[in-house]
Amino acid sequence: MEKPLTQHIVPGRKPLNLKEYEKVGGYESVRKALKMTPAEVQTLVKDSNLKGRGGAGFNTGLKWSFVPMGPEAATPKYLVANADEMEPGTFKDRVLLEGNPHQLIEGMIVAAYAIQASISYVFLRWAYKLAAQEITQAIYEAKEAGYLGRNILGSGFDLEMHLHTGVGRYMCGEETALLNALEGKRANPRAKPPFPQVSGLFGKPTIVNNVETLCNLPHIVNNGVGWFKSLSKSPDAGTKLYGVSGRVKTPGCWELPMGVTIRELLEEHAGGMQDGYLFKGLLPGGASTDFLVEEHLDVPMDFGSIQAAGSRMGTGTMIIMDDQTCPVGFTLNLQHFFAQESCGFCTPCREGLPWVEKILLAIDKGEGKPEHLLSLDFHTKYLGPGNTFCALAPGAMEPLQSALKYFREDFERHIHEHHCPWSKSKAWQPSI
Amino acid sequence: MLTIEEKHQIDHEIGLVPSPKNACIEALKIVQQSHGWVSDESLQDVAEYVGMSTAELDSVATFYNLIFRRPVGRHVILLCDSISCYVMGYEGIREQLYEKLNIQYGQTTADGRFTLLPNCCLGTCDRAPALMIDNDLYRNLTVEQLDEILSKYT
Repeated sequence: MEKPLTQHIVPGRKPLNLKEYEKVGGYESVRKALKMTPAEVQTLVKDSNLKGRGGAGFNTGLKWSFVPMGPEAATPKYLVANADEMEPGTFKDRVLLEGNPHQLIEGMIVAAYAIQASISYVFLRWAYKLAAQEITQAIYEAKEAGYLGRNILGSGFDLEMHLHTGVGRYMCGEETALLNALEGKRANPRAKPPFPQVSGLFGKPTIVNNVETLCNLPHIVNNGVGWFKSLSKSPDAGTKLYGVSGRVKTPGCWELPMGVTIRELLEEHAGGMQDGYLFKGLLPGGASTDFLVEEHLDVPMDFGSIQAAGSRMGTGTMIIMDDQTCPVGFTLNLQHFFAQESCGFCTPCREGLPWVEKILLAIDKGEGKPEHLLSLDFHTKYLGPGNTFCALAPGAMEPLQSALKYFREDFERHIHEHHCPWSKSKAWQPSI
Repeated sequence: MLTIEEKHQIDHEIGLVPSPKNACIEALKIVQQSHGWVSDESLQDVAEYVGMSTAELDSVATFYNLIFRRPVGRHVILLCDSISCYVMGYEGIREQLYEKLNIQYGQTTADGRFTLLPNCCLGTCDRAPALMIDNDLYRNLTVEQLDEILSKYT
C-alpha cells in the first residue's frame, strides 16, 4: 500500500534535510511543474479530484481556477498554507509539518506557480514549536538551493516564503479570518463575495490551502491523475491521514487509502477499545462534526459516505466517546470550546453559544429542566447554517444536535435524576 | 520605551507588509518576547510606532489568547482542556496542579514562578492528556509525573 505523504516520515527521527530529500526525489515536481504552463498544472490538479483536506472537501484545482490569471490580473498574488490546526481532536497536519517540512514547501511552490503567486505564507499555530523550527530551517535550505526567491531554477518564476506564527485563536483556521490575522487585525471572518481568490490578503488574489492538501501536490505532479485516483477506495481520490483519539488501545495517525471504513480505523489501526471501556459514539472528523454511532461503523471514511451517514468527514481525525464518559459532559466540553472561541462578530454565535453552554452546565450539574432540551433543540436550529456569519456556530451545533438525537435518554436521565450518572463529569468546571 | 533591538525587529516585520499597522501582531509578539507580557505602556509604545490608536491595538491584542495583557509568571503552563484530553481525564491533572501550585486558572504562584492557563487543543490528541510549559510539550500525562516536570522550572 503506497503512502506518498508519510513515506519519508519516521516518528522520533529528524525530518529529511534538503540533500536527503532531493535524494528520494524531492523537488522533482517543481522542475516538472515549471516546464508546464500554470493552466496545465491547474487542470492536472482539478482532474486528479484532490479535495481540500482541511474539512470542506472542495476540489482544489477548481478553487484555484477562480484566481484571475494573465497580465491583467492584480499583483502580487498570495498563497497561504493553513497550518493553524486548532480543531479539537485534530492532529494530522502536525505529523506532516514536523515530519517532512520540505514536502510542504515543494507543494506550496507547485500551488504558487499554478496561480502565479509571488508571495507565500505558512500560517502556523503557536503551539507547534518543533514544526516552527523545522519549517524555518527548511525554508532557509530551499532558498539557498534556489527553489525559493527570484528566478526559481532559471524559470523566471519568483516566490518568497514566510513563516507566520499565530497567537492562538480557533477562528484563524477560517480562511478569511486567517487573512485578517495575517493583516494584523482581529481574526473576524469576512463577507463573501468577494472571495479570497479575487480579493484576499491585502486585497489581492489569494489562495488558502490546508497543509495536507498542499503536501499531495508534488505526488500528483510526479505520478499523474490515474495513479492518484488508484490510491483510493472511494470516489474521493488519494490517500488520507486518519487519526483516532480517546479510550482506544493504540491511538494515533495513519495514512490510508481514502474510504477505509470507520471499523477498520477503530479496530485494526487503533486496536479497538481499551479493556474495560465500551464504544458509545464518535465524532468522525474533529469537534465540529456530528456524532456517529454503532450502526455507522461500516461507513467508509470519505466525504460523500460520511455526509450520507449524517455527519461530515471534516479533518478525518476521529474522537471516540466511551461508555464511561458522560455524553452531556462531552457535549458541554465541546460547547465551552466553541463559546470561548467565538470571535463575537455576529450576535447568534456570540450570545447563543454561551447560552447553550450555560444550559448544558445546568443539566450536567443536575439542575436541568425538561424545557431545557427544547431550548437546546431551538438553538441547534437557529445557530445552524444560514443564520450566522460564518461556520463556527453551525459547526458547534453539529455535535450538539446529534448528541440530542443519539443520547437523548442520557440527557433526560440527568434532568429526571437531578444529578450526573457519570461521576467523572462532576469534576467539570468551565475554564476562565 | 521600545528598545533599539525591539525597534529593529519591528522594522524588519514592517518591511514585509504594505502598511506598518499590518505588522502590529508581530510587534506585540516581539514586545511580549522581551517582557513576558504586554503592559499598557508597551501597548502605547507599539501603537505609536505602527501608527494605530491605543484602543485599536488593544482590540487586536485582547482578541488573541496568547498575547498576555496581564503579568505572567516566569513560566506559563498551558493545560489542554479540549475534548480528547477531557476524555482521557485532564481534570485530574488540573486538580493536582491547583493543589501543588496553590493557584487556579488565570493565577500566578506567589513566588512568580508559574502562571496556569487553560488552552484549547494542543494538537496532540492521540497522546492526551497534554500540557505545555513555555516551549516544552508534555504528553500522555499522569499526575505522578507532575512533580518531576514542575521541578525542571525554577
